[in-house]
Amino acid sequence: MSKVVVVTSGKGGVGKTTTTANIAAGIAQRGHKTVAIDFDVGLRNLDLVLGCERRVVYDFVNVIKGEAKLNVALIRDKRVENLHVLPASQTRDKDALEPEGVGKVIEELKSMGFEYIICDSPAGIEKGAQMAMYFADEAIVVANPEVSSVRDSDRMLGLLAAKTSRAEVGGTPIKSQLLLTRYSPAMVKKGEMLSVGDVLDILGIPLLGVIPESKAVLQSSNKGAPAILDESTDVAQAYLDVVYRFLGEDREHRFVEDTKRGIFRRLFG
Amino acid sequence: MAFLDYFRRQPKSASLAKDRLSVIVARERVGTRSGPNYLPQLQQELLAVLAKYERIDLQQVSVNLDRSGDCDVLELNVYLPAAESVRISPAKPLDN
Repeated sequence: MSKVVVVTSGKGGVGKTTTTANIAAGIAQRGHKTVAIDFDVGLRNLDLVLGCERRVVYDFVNVIKGEAKLNVALIRDKRVENLHVLPASQTRDKDALEPEGVGKVIEELKSMGFEYIICDSPAGIEKGAQMAMYFADEAIVVANPEVSSVRDSDRMLGLLAAKTSRAEVGGTPIKSQLLLTRYSPAMVKKGEMLSVGDVLDILGIPLLGVIPESKAVLQSSNKGAPAILDESTDVAQAYLDVVYRFLGEDREHRFVEDTKRGIFRRLFG
Repeated sequence: MAFLDYFRRQPKSASLAKDRLSVIVARERVGTRSGPNYLPQLQQELLAVLAKYERIDLQQVSVNLDRSGDCDVLELNVYLPAAESVRISPAKPLDN
């Protein structure tokens, strides 16, 4: 049984590609054959974040146009056995992604035995974003606790309910969950940042997880190694919880409360 | 010291953010995410009808779409010039 999952947000820069990389790696590590597809048209990012940028030969649009076979375009991750990547095209042709072509690639991936097909959506509501969500069974809506991001995510929820294959045929709705990223419990405590509860009240969808603001994210993209591969960081732990929850296990929501730092922790911690 | 009181009485920015988001998201959802498509048009037409009978200040009108159990309820609040509030709800909840 294959699942197509879209990672979307509307707003740019909130953590879709980081989330795609970490969740895909985490699911693959747990033994499931997983592919992460970069749906951007023109700006390729997923390859960099996963550290396979120098091995990109063919991309998504090459496959759709029949210029390359899918199994040749797919890049196997060198660290995580079950993880594969289909990079984005660097073309400027915004009509390159169409439902028929995208649909064929997804069907072929399913026939190759991929259990999870994670679609990294670009920001915005143009073709790339529309195609990324079109065939989705589930959606991870990524938002920062910040006004523009939340408003844009609400808009995306509207599109997920209306502009997808499932919506058009009247099938069971896409299962949408919230991933709240760049969360700072200290700022929330001071009343300077929207809380998880605030965002859930506004968006009205279930919470998949909370990822804390962390230096580890920049460092992992610097190195081209998703944070989840180094389990010592807070971000890695948060994404691990998300992966387990996504696969159906119960995990307590950590990184939501502000842990008070006493003077000794501040000096030595 | 007066300036400290000023800082203390400012509403926290997160609660301002939440209030602003609640309003804008509810307004933008009318006719898209959870509402039927005719709502914006219905809203305009209702206001036009009311305006025939009362001098309505459009700033004193609020339209809300809420869920009550399984139903969507359209609530229109109009503040009339004599400071009386008339709540108009449909006789039947909208089908959804």
